Amino acid sequence: MEEKVTGDIDLTVKPKRNIGKRMWKERYLYILLIPGLLYFIIYRYVPMAGNIIAFQDYSAFQGFLHSEWVGLKHFKTIFEDQEVIRVLWNTLYLSFLQIVFAFPVSIILAIMLNEVRSNVYKRIVQSIVYLPHFLSWVVVIGIVTILLKSNGIVNKLLESLFGMDPVPFLQDPNWFMPLVVLEVIWKESGWGTIIFLAALSGISPSLYEAAAVDGASRMQQIWHITLPALKSTIIILLILRLGSVLDVGFEQIYLMLTPFTMKVGNVLDTFVYLKGIQNSDFSFATAVGLFKSFVGLILIVGANRLAKRFGDQGVY
Amino acid sequence: MLKSNKLSDKVFDYTNIILLGLIALTMLFPFYYMFAVSFATYEEFVKTDLLLFPKTWVLDAYEYILGSKEFIRSLGVTIYVTVVGTLVSLLLTAMMAYALSRNILGQKIYVFMVLFTFVFGAGMIPTYMVVQGTGLMDSLWALIIPGAISSFNLIVMREFFIGLPIDLTEAAIIDGANDLQIFSKIILPLSKPALAAFGLFYAVGIWNSYFTALLYLSDPAKWTVQVVLRQLVILNKSNLLDVGMQAGMDNPPPAETVGMAAILIATIPILIVYPFLQKHFAKGVMLGSVKE
Repeated sequence: MEEKVTGDIDLTVKPKRNIGKRMWKERYLYILLIPGLLYFIIYRYVPMAGNIIAFQDYSAFQGFLHSEWVGLKHFKTIFEDQEVIRVLWNTLYLSFLQIVFAFPVSIILAIMLNEVRSNVYKRIVQSIVYLPHFLSWVVVIGIVTILLKSNGIVNKLLESLFGMDPVPFLQDPNWFMPLVVLEVIWKESGWGTIIFLAALSGISPSLYEAAAVDGASRMQQIWHITLPALKSTIIILLILRLGSVLDVGFEQIYLMLTPFTMKVGNVLDTFVYLKGIQNSDFSFATAVGLFKSFVGLILIVGANRLAKRFGDQGVY
Repeated sequence: MLKSNKLSDKVFDYTNIILLGLIALTMLFPFYYMFAVSFATYEEFVKTDLLLFPKTWVLDAYEYILGSKEFIRSLGVTIYVTVVGTLVSLLLTAMMAYALSRNILGQKIYVFMVLFTFVFGAGMIPTYMVVQGTGLMDSLWALIIPGAISSFNLIVMREFFIGLPIDLTEAAIIDGANDLQIFSKIILPLSKPALAAFGLFYAVGIWNSYFTALLYLSDPAKWTVQVVLRQLVILNKSNLLDVGMQAGMDNPPPAETVGMAAILIATIPILIVYPFLQKHFAKGVMLGSVKE
């Protein structure tokens, strides 16, 4: 993201007295810049500073300035509170499940699409599998609710085909994580193929032709040509995914949570919401949020370093 | 790719095509099923296990949901917020992206400020308090302002502006145009297709967002369609729909078919813009992830 040479006359690195002159010359650009800049300061950076309430016992009546300072009290609580530890575990466990089960689906789907010879068919399938990405989580979970209810189509079929009693998919804690992962697969795996397909489009067709002449089967071609070509993309995306291991999606989890599944399903983001907004425990919830942001920062910077080591550029 | 007539290759091809077809059907099935059931009668819905094609098609569910003042109002609110929000977001993003695409004093600092928000989020509670502090609570502006500029869109749009040919700008400078004039008379008209794409993405994001309404709005009169959908379908609180409208119906349709009709209605706008989105998004994803 280095500066680019634009059409401007170069005025950089001149004596200080020129700064005023330069700002005057660029005054119209500043008019364009300032509304956005104010937005970033007020709604992105002031809240960052607002994290100081994590070191206070904030009370709305006393405000930022007069609330009692308590140092690291809330951060100590994070590691002592059984609930937080369970929530942290749920978050990591869900991330793990998503990496193991959802992540490979995009790769496989991309390879399958890449093998289709009819461009028309390929494009139709692509159009269909990208679509769920643009639906809201409310709609996706609304659909899931309708299909999995006790009188929904899945339970009706289980009853008529196997004579089973209705399965309480949405209330049973054992079904919570599998459902969340399946929803992610349904909604995002098609969209996730885009970046792999781009990597695949760079493979020279002559490689496949040579392999075919040598008698390689299609599966062998995938194994020896396609997969190696995807290797660096896979590694980099995997590393970056590890960088956001604490982000598992607020809306989806919140919409899926019920009193029955709270124990297995509550993750860091939903915990912060329930604790902070619904229980008005502002300071403690902020401390948990800040802890998450901070760990996230370390992980993502680390992940990006690691990704760059693999010979490609990182995300920023 | 080389055409091969080997039997094993043919088996591979057909298996692949069939599997992909099945995957595509899995993606489509929920929509088709909801579509079919939303037109079914109550009796048929209860009796049939796998209702794929109703014998009698009725509009009860649609009459019911579209007769609900609350649902119509939530649609109105969502359309309003989406239109105004998209315009505000586009304008703010384009202005800032253009200013940062030029060699403005402090450019690197401002760009860093934007990039830093990628790796460090302010957190839900402090943001909530700032929204409260700036007087947006329970105002529809709370759905527009706090997320007005997406850092990602800003950076991608800045790259786009940097890539524009500079000859026109230079000519305009020689003609004595100032930067505001260049932005509004040259850059914006030149960027119409790109702006349309960014606008679509903002619009879909606002239309679909549930979280901001959950956080910042408590007045049910301001609920967006996503909030009402959740009440109706996920929490199954259909009593929220005004009672008065049932007066005209002796036999209100079941909650299931009403819910499906509501979901489909709320999804129609997405389906309408989807072909346009599709034209642009692959490009957008690549711009964002693979930098030159």
